[in-house]
Amino acid sequence: MGEIITTGNKGKTIRSDCFVTLEIKDSGGIDLQLESKVAVMFGESIKVLAKQVLDFFEIKNASLKIEDSGALPFVISARIEAAIKKVIPSEKEFLPDMLKENMYSTARDRNRFSRLYLPGNSPSLMINAGIHKPDGVILDLEDAVAPDKKDEARYLVRNALRALDFYGAERMVRINQGTRGVEDLFFIVPHNINLVLLPKCEKPEQIHAVNERIDILRTKFSIPQPVWLMPIIESALGVINAYAIAGAAENIVAMAIGLEDYTADLGTRRTTEGMESFFARSMVVNAATAAGIQPIDSVFSDVADMDGLKQNVQRSKALGFDGMGCIHPRQIRVIHENFAPSTDETEKARKIVFAYHKAIEQGLGVVSLGTKMIDPPVVKRALNTINLAIKMGKLAENWRETYEQI
Amino acid sequence: MNKYDKLVTNALGRIVPTEINGQPAIPYMGIGKYRPTGHKAAPLIVSSADFPADGNKVSASLKEALVKCGLKDGMTISTHHHFRNGDLVANQIFDIAHEMGVKDLLWFPSASFPCHEPLIKYLEDGTIHHIEGSMNGALGKFTSMGKMKGVGVLRSHGGRYQAVQDGEVHIDLAVIAAPTSDPFGNSNGVNGPAACGLLGFALADSQYADKVIVVTDNLVPFPCIPWQIHGNYVDHVVVLDKIGIPEKIVSGTTEVTKSPDRLLLAEMTAQFCDEAGIIRDGFSFQAGAGGTALSIGIYFSEILRNRGWKARFARGGSNKYLVQMLEEGLTEYILDGQTFDLDGVRSMRDNPRHVNTSPFTSYNYHGKGNFATFVDVVILGATEVDVNFNANVVTHSDGLLLHGIGGWQNCLFSKCTILPIPLFRDRMPVILDEVTTVCGPGELIDVIVTERGIAINPRRTDLIEKLKNSSLPVKSIQELKTEAEKICGKPEKPKFSDEIVAVIKWVDGTVIDSVRRVIL
Repeated sequence: MGEIITTGNKGKTIRSDCFVTLEIKDSGGIDLQLESKVAVMFGESIKVLAKQVLDFFEIKNASLKIEDSGALPFVISARIEAAIKKVIPSEKEFLPDMLKENMYSTARDRNRFSRLYLPGNSPSLMINAGIHKPDGVILDLEDAVAPDKKDEARYLVRNALRALDFYGAERMVRINQGTRGVEDLFFIVPHNINLVLLPKCEKPEQIHAVNERIDILRTKFSIPQPVWLMPIIESALGVINAYAIAGAAENIVAMAIGLEDYTADLGTRRTTEGMESFFARSMVVNAATAAGIQPIDSVFSDVADMDGLKQNVQRSKALGFDGMGCIHPRQIRVIHENFAPSTDETEKARKIVFAYHKAIEQGLGVVSLGTKMIDPPVVKRALNTINLAIKMGKLAENWRETYEQI
Repeated sequence: MNKYDKLVTNALGRIVPTEINGQPAIPYMGIGKYRPTGHKAAPLIVSSADFPADGNKVSASLKEALVKCGLKDGMTISTHHHFRNGDLVANQIFDIAHEMGVKDLLWFPSASFPCHEPLIKYLEDGTIHHIEGSMNGALGKFTSMGKMKGVGVLRSHGGRYQAVQDGEVHIDLAVIAAPTSDPFGNSNGVNGPAACGLLGFALADSQYADKVIVVTDNLVPFPCIPWQIHGNYVDHVVVLDKIGIPEKIVSGTTEVTKSPDRLLLAEMTAQFCDEAGIIRDGFSFQAGAGGTALSIGIYFSEILRNRGWKARFARGGSNKYLVQMLEEGLTEYILDGQTFDLDGVRSMRDNPRHVNTSPFTSYNYHGKGNFATFVDVVILGATEVDVNFNANVVTHSDGLLLHGIGGWQNCLFSKCTILPIPLFRDRMPVILDEVTTVCGPGELIDVIVTERGIAINPRRTDLIEKLKNSSLPVKSIQELKTEAEKICGKPEKPKFSDEIVAVIKWVDGTVIDSVRRVIL
């Protein structure tokens, strides 16, 4: 008692967040102070919420100061709860209502072209993430959170998973490494997480440890839907063990490569051409493909260089990757456009798929285009291309109805 | 009599005064309903024989010029915002007035900026009685707290011209800060260290004020070409060391946004215009000064370039992006009301297709027509919109006056008015049951674009029809309001006293709304 705890963020550039200073006392009741830039509109409701949280944790005597820069309620309650839990360990959780819009699960083989990294302790970047329509959002508890903020980020990420609408993006969290990472799972698995990213994967045992905890939590909280995993390979050892990692568990759906850490591990430097990581990238593509999961490329870190990003995506696609990470919403469009089938690819695929359907209709065992016979893998690839083009809105679902007239 | 007596409910259901600062005022009646008759106001008759035959009107100092103009208690003094936040002239005028012990002046700026905060002391000590123009930042807060002696009057750029022509505001003394001038008073904004592009906002003042002073830091021998302001209207010319801070002449709101959320709004707006058939070869557009509005041009350019089309004209506020469009041939002309950056200034100076305009040509209610109505689409900002599409640009949701109207009201008369705005700012919902202050009636506002959905005014059945099968998220404005409240909570309203601290004029001079004192 008597310790002064702070959580959250404040300052000129901070938006949609609050800074909480809490001192739990032995007597004197609750002393609540609020400084808010939305005091006129929400001052009373912020005070009511703060009192609810204190009541919930049965705190009768405390001084609580909230410096608010327009935080949404789920942020305010996460900040207060995190402050309380620093002093009073409690099993109880003050949970915002789960939005029913958030109760979706994702398919094993869904598109994962883009996944947008969101620092786990920065609410302002989370709030509108979904409207940019990334395939996935990653609430990051690992490298994007300062070491002394890692505890409070858990509450924020948990509340965001419940109260923020991500508009259909696959809901992902990157947990920490090791024991902290396994403990992170308690804050995310019960809140309809779709996929967990595991950083710095080097051996299958890491996957098993995480899955063990996921299974316990799924049973405890009666969670029917799957929790997918995406291990990230970020070291030389990880690259060498890539295939064993990719096949380590049934719920692994994709494997990513993280090049900043990988090049550091090698003692080399990341270049735009990427020669230093060619082997690692190819290993990840091969290991993932062999294990029947999606290979996913690293992020492109120069957010201002859209041409560089475009070239990077095209190289990535050519190597066999199915998607990549992004660190800025404006990268999403470039990534989608360049991973999506090009007009040329779609055109070729249309010819093949059209011939394929014609062959089925005519009861032919062999697909041919003019005088050329088309091999089954080529047909399969063409079918994939067409499905993708339809998914991306580049081709109408009923394209074959009009195709004959061309 | 209290300054907030004699109230009436206007055609929009807003309670407004029928007397402002002792002058009668007419409540808003509806769009195009108020048509005054008779003759316009006129300036004093002067004789050229009273002016130096050699054309040299240079005075030794600003003070000397003000004294020669007969500066005295109760006068109306006008200034202009061509230098935006880099203006060094307006404050000096009132420093001199204060030094001379002059009282109860009416300051009639075309807009005020944060750099004018020092004038608060003159509002407090009675040098300035009240402001008619805009009350931004600290001046807005001062006004909102009920500290100004008189009632503030906010007008659009076009409304300012109208007020002068109607004789509603008689300018005793106009001080025009001009980046370049000759001794006769011919002046322009395209040359000199404080180059700002054009001087259109000072046009009415030069024509109608009793006395006109041109202040410059770049005196050139006669003739000063181009002569955007004619020396034939000018009484005195004053030369100062420095009249503006160039880097502040480009204000923060004129930068294209880097915010991904705002860029998305701009992109959605462009897509909307495209799907609505607004963008076509030979169309015209205007974008306001906000970061979101300015970046629309980038997306328009992409569409025009891909189709081999060009706009016939773009209305400025010009900036480098609009200039790029002009230079790339994506628009044939820029008809410019103000230049926002040095590229705009350069282009206006050097490119005959970059034409300077004024509130007279673009916005004036008493002109025989004006350009604003020809524009195919205009993209503007707002602080709040209500479920009837009424919009607010002057007060924030906490009730404080913070912005001026600018050309916003005048632009609403274009063929399609679109407001791209975030559904909420931090935790403040932007779409409300009722706006704090009505600046523009909903019947002139066609489309609200937010990142979470686009609402089309039900009056625009044509647009609704065109967007029927769109991939864009078209929703009702009620749905958007509900969505904002679901995320932010339902906001409480600010507390106001009965006291009216400012009024909002409509483009025809009638009173569309009043602003009340905020109780904090």
